[in-house]
Amino acid sequence: MIMDDFLIRALIAGLGVAVVAGPLGCFVVWRRMAYFGAALAHSALFGVALGLLLEISPTLAIVVVCIAVALILVSMQGQRQLAGDTLLGILAHAMLALGLVVTALVDTVRVDLMAYLFGDILAVSDIDLYWIFGGGVLALVALAVIWRPLLAMTVHEELAAVEGVPVARTRLMFMVIIAIVIAVAMKVVGILLIVSLLIIPAAAARPFARTPEAMAILAIVAGCISVVLGLGSSMTWDIPAGPAIVLAAAVLFLVGGLLRKTSRSYEQ
Amino acid sequence: MTDILVKVDDLSVRRGDQFSLSHVSLAVKPREIITIVGPNGAGKSTLLRTMMGLIRPESGVIIRKPGLKIGYLPQTLTIDPVLPLTVRRFLSLGVNVSKGTRQALMEEVGVPHLIDRPMDVLSGGELRRVLLARALLRDPDLLVLDEPVQGVDVSGQVEIYDLIARLRDEHGFGVIMVSHDLHLVMSATDHVVCLNQHVCCDGTPEAVQAHPEYVALFGDRVAAGLALYAHHHDHDHDAHGNVIPGSGDGHAGHDHG
Repeated sequence: MIMDDFLIRALIAGLGVAVVAGPLGCFVVWRRMAYFGAALAHSALFGVALGLLLEISPTLAIVVVCIAVALILVSMQGQRQLAGDTLLGILAHAMLALGLVVTALVDTVRVDLMAYLFGDILAVSDIDLYWIFGGGVLALVALAVIWRPLLAMTVHEELAAVEGVPVARTRLMFMVIIAIVIAVAMKVVGILLIVSLLIIPAAAARPFARTPEAMAILAIVAGCISVVLGLGSSMTWDIPAGPAIVLAAAVLFLVGGLLRKTSRSYEQ
Repeated sequence: MTDILVKVDDLSVRRGDQFSLSHVSLAVKPREIITIVGPNGAGKSTLLRTMMGLIRPESGVIIRKPGLKIGYLPQTLTIDPVLPLTVRRFLSLGVNVSKGTRQALMEEVGVPHLIDRPMDVLSGGELRRVLLARALLRDPDLLVLDEPVQGVDVSGQVEIYDLIARLRDEHGFGVIMVSHDLHLVMSATDHVVCLNQHVCCDGTPEAVQAHPEYVALFGDRVAAGLALYAHHHDHDHDAHGNVIPGSGDGHAGHDHG
């Protein structure tokens, strides 16, 4: 069987993103940052528009915008007027709206909104692949470097600080990593579905893991299976690839949870 | 200075527009156990966190012995069930130590059998002992404990205080801890500081207990504390020559001169 070029590129891109999203997604789940991730992802469209406007790489522009939004969120965490999720909701939707407005104003280029919102994995180019792998390797190495301090902080931040963890620096690095991964993963599943690629494989891995590291590896496995299943069903039934990948991950999560429950009730 | 682990002088801390600590001074020496008592909102935890450098004070001086290693037991530690973490992995988050050292410490705190247990199923007393092991792994000069018996039943509380005192004897570190029950911690402490945003009084446990400011702060709770103490610790009292009959309830308000 001969696979088309675009399909091979899609598969490589999807697997590349899944490998990075697995471990990073575990931390997003452990630190309860799903909405934080969503707020950054929603800001990405503004990054795209900015990239087009300034004629720089959209991926780079997304990274910069996401880091800026992350810094704004962190600096506003101290305020007590609004609950955290309200603040995240305001920023996420304001940034998405800003992105849509600015994109509409940039009329020099015809922007395919659907591709940015829901991903266009079948249109991944060689240059996109370089970005995914360059950004992915960078993100993975950085995450490996901060793995233990970040885990210690996740368990108890003040305890970690007393034990000498550079808390502020580690948190900043973690946010930069999220920003990079969002920028490179956007091509695969799009702005509105990126967070699902972070949290669903991690959640699916949880029932089968006894250590944080095992959960990270299982999340990679779950993410890769989702990419293969999603692309496969996209080909077979002619459905959009990005949503198909997310759906496959959700099915994995459900099946895994049910399997685990059944095996537990047998054990008892 | 060499015989002082950490010292704060004229320390004031502000939270918003209110002072949570005002002009507090105290020092911890090696092998000394200092207990801070005080009502809710007295700034006990704030004082500990400021001493460790987690909170920036409004004014005052904090002097830590150069290279001071602190073992810290936070007041609460909740492991989200979504994070799979065994006791073994939890201990390894602080410092890398050999398997032998880890096992020896788990035995010292009395819970060697818990090493492969998930953190989120530990009881209150088990969690305290595991936290203690993590603090000891650092071979600390100073142990800082914020309510070390939170979530532990009364008989377990006395055991933990005794364990802390015994570990101090063996390892020689200084201890500063927060407690809200002076009676339980009395036998295991050298020096008591009664705090209510400022230092109300300090001295030996007996001296503080008799101090008018302490009695004014804790008036009704002193009696309640005594009843509990008498009920669970008849033997200690017998040794002092006091005969404690029957139930604890009957002794609420009983003055233990």
